[in-house]
Amino acid sequence: MPKITINGKEIEFEKGMTVLQACELADVEIPRFCYHEKLSIAGNCRMCLVEMEKSPKPIASCAMPAAEGMNIKTNTTLVEKARKGVMEFLLANHPLDCPVCDQGGECDLQDQSLYYGVDKSRFVENKRYVKEKYMGPLIKTQMTRCIHCTRCVRFATEVAGVPEIGAIGRGENMEITTYLEKSMESELSANVIDLCPVGALTSKPYAFEARPWELKKTESVDVMDAVGSNIRVDTYNWEVKRILPRLNNEINEEWISDKTRYSCDGLLKQRLDVPYIKKNNKLQKSTWDEAINLLVDKIHSVQPNEIAGHIGDMINMENALSFKKFFETLKSENLEFREKNFYINSDEKMNYIFNSSIAGIEDADLILLVGTNPRHEASILNARIRKTFVQKKVPIFSIGNPGELNYKYEIIGDSTEDIKKIVNKENDFSQKLLSAKKPIIIIGESALELKSGRYIFEEFKKFLIKNNLINENWNGINILIQNASTVGLLDLKILQDKKEQSSSFFDNLKNRKFKLLYLLGSDNLEFQKNDEFIVYQGSHGDRGAEIADLILPSATYTEQNGLYENLEGRIQECKKASYPIGEALEDWKIFNQIIKKIGFKDYKVNFDELRKEVLETAPNFSGLNELPKKSVIKTNNIETSFFSEKIFVRELDYYYTNSISRSSKTMSECRQIRQKIKKDGTNN
Amino acid sequence: MSVKKVHDNQPKEFKFSDENLKKVEEILKRYPKKNKKSAVMPLLYLAQRQNNNWIPLAAMKHIANYLAMPYISVYEVATFYTMYNLSPVGKHFVQVCTTTPCLLRGADKIVKLCKENISPNENEISKKGNCSWMEVECLGACVSAPMIQINDDYYEDLDEKSTKEILTSLINDKPLKPGSYRGRKNTSPEKNLISNGEKHA
Repeated sequence: MPKITINGKEIEFEKGMTVLQACELADVEIPRFCYHEKLSIAGNCRMCLVEMEKSPKPIASCAMPAAEGMNIKTNTTLVEKARKGVMEFLLANHPLDCPVCDQGGECDLQDQSLYYGVDKSRFVENKRYVKEKYMGPLIKTQMTRCIHCTRCVRFATEVAGVPEIGAIGRGENMEITTYLEKSMESELSANVIDLCPVGALTSKPYAFEARPWELKKTESVDVMDAVGSNIRVDTYNWEVKRILPRLNNEINEEWISDKTRYSCDGLLKQRLDVPYIKKNNKLQKSTWDEAINLLVDKIHSVQPNEIAGHIGDMINMENALSFKKFFETLKSENLEFREKNFYINSDEKMNYIFNSSIAGIEDADLILLVGTNPRHEASILNARIRKTFVQKKVPIFSIGNPGELNYKYEIIGDSTEDIKKIVNKENDFSQKLLSAKKPIIIIGESALELKSGRYIFEEFKKFLIKNNLINENWNGINILIQNASTVGLLDLKILQDKKEQSSSFFDNLKNRKFKLLYLLGSDNLEFQKNDEFIVYQGSHGDRGAEIADLILPSATYTEQNGLYENLEGRIQECKKASYPIGEALEDWKIFNQIIKKIGFKDYKVNFDELRKEVLETAPNFSGLNELPKKSVIKTNNIETSFFSEKIFVRELDYYYTNSISRSSKTMSECRQIRQKIKKDGTNN
Repeated sequence: MSVKKVHDNQPKEFKFSDENLKKVEEILKRYPKKNKKSAVMPLLYLAQRQNNNWIPLAAMKHIANYLAMPYISVYEVATFYTMYNLSPVGKHFVQVCTTTPCLLRGADKIVKLCKENISPNENEISKKGNCSWMEVECLGACVSAPMIQINDDYYEDLDEKSTKEILTSLINDKPLKPGSYRGRKNTSPEKNLISNGEKHA
């Protein structure tokens, strides 16, 4: 490896690194504004100037490729003077409004001016003023503070794939704006707030809410979709003030979706704080004793097979396990967690996870989407596909029309006939697929919902195994799960081994076989309510609570510890950042109380036992935050029957997918704007 | 000077005329196919020519679609360069050079005359509706300073009297001839026209 000398210390660096990266290897800090690891290099802030031997002028280390034998100095008077000079220029037009700026306390400019700047200003002329720009309901702008690092411009163009932000004008009159001040049409738009090194782009919903040093920070994971983005939850007393991304290159890199970030105001609204009982067709406040007594009476009054349970989209694995145990004591087997009856084969782990892994998408040389819109179903995963597309020009194909995805793709068909042709090698595309070394097939829930869902998955799997495209090194068959709880629940074998009757829950529900329906945080199950007695246990007064006869309040994902398994089968821990509101309890505690009341006096399971059992039950488990062990590849001949059907990609109401985001004011605003854009047809 | 603003009253549609479309094809041939967005500047200029010396938003959109570029990128280019006009200008568009050599030779007097004769402010169309003026940076004719550019032509070696005559002629829609107003031929010395090799006086 080539060597470079930094401050007299010789270190080895990888070819292709810049001087700045080499300095980081040597543990030398270089101040910077415009440089960001995940974005292209701009080299326009000049803050990273360092001295290079044999160079008459200081060099911009972020843009200079490191070369063998370079001698870099970062601690000389020249460098110090250069930094001071740059800092003075940057501050010439930057307002001194730190006391009223939301970035205060976590501002790169503030910190770096303290460490590298001059203590007073020599600039006596007028400072420039730039009008505020409208950038949508999430981003608050104060463009006078902008130092033109263009990080936001590069993020929008490169990562988000919506080239809508740009720098207009020139010189002193340069301004950052969106095209004609329209809101940014992206699910990742709010990441520009984190990227902004100053207070020019700040968070609109969080404006003047708190200072960073007042907040308690809890490292957690997100449950808005099945990606399991790593987040940091910032709380002030009980209130969740904001959610920020945490760096995890395996999953979300440095980004999170807008829904992850801004649903948090939904945690404060529409909350269920005490048990409610429906009396005279009206929900009335009650007590835990009364509520549980009523529930136990109801349970005793019906047959076990008339009791059914449905688990919602944001339930953690421990709670789901205790729910399962609760149903075991009731001797009922009618448990379900799918919202729509889509085909899933829970025999082995590789049948229901994203086998290629999210980071593995970057190795792919062909991507085929089958009945899925990753942009809405898993925005972060879509960003990874885009990254692969931009960097490697990977060809992307789709069966079914997913709409705008921020990268170019080719629709090669819209019916199951096309899939039949591919697996029977009857069309050109199968040749492309076979000649690829690392193809990725992503099957969405919309495709699995079809009658031929079973055909689509099993035949693709057979096809890939037969042609050695699923092997020890590469597994290209992927299911794109939408809900955070789904993979974990599959691991816990909530769907019991009754393969042929796997639709029985939905049939029975439709045929009014159930007398008591227990909804555990489940709001998205679509069915016609008849005379069932419905128990809703959850955190928000949403669709589930609306139809319930009995409501038991429980905690949200930020208010309890719990394990979630993301779509890759990676088990991650969601940590308690706040505490449940009012009389609400964690779900497992509620089940303990109910089971005791039913008659199992000695029944008591504590949280640690539940977690231990979860980790023991989960197949292929290798460690927290780790990818699961690889499944042994088996060719079991599952018979499938073919139906000729159109493949539709179900449109997802992106900002309104779960009870928390539906309660969020911010999400409603985003949704309204999105709908307006759709109606007016102003495409950009 | 501040950042250029787009005009409030925008035409809804813009399309290149058939004649200009041929020119567009010609321009595109100059650049590699994969880099056709390099043609954005000549195309913007062509659009400006076609549309009475200013570029409406519709033209930017048209060009963006034509070159498969994001709208904002075309917008960035159009706002960056001072020679693209984003709002209507007069039929006679006067650009007064006020960079150092011209200023030393009295460009400020020309600006004053423009203010008196055309309109009190830059980029404002005159009362009669056929003139507008703006200050610009060096137009590269320092040797015959002070000078102004009217549409495509340079009017050089000006003084207050000649400028006033020129401006009046513009307002009356009968523009005077371009060139030096002290009788010079191109940029040659005023007196003692000397052939090559001999010393200047």
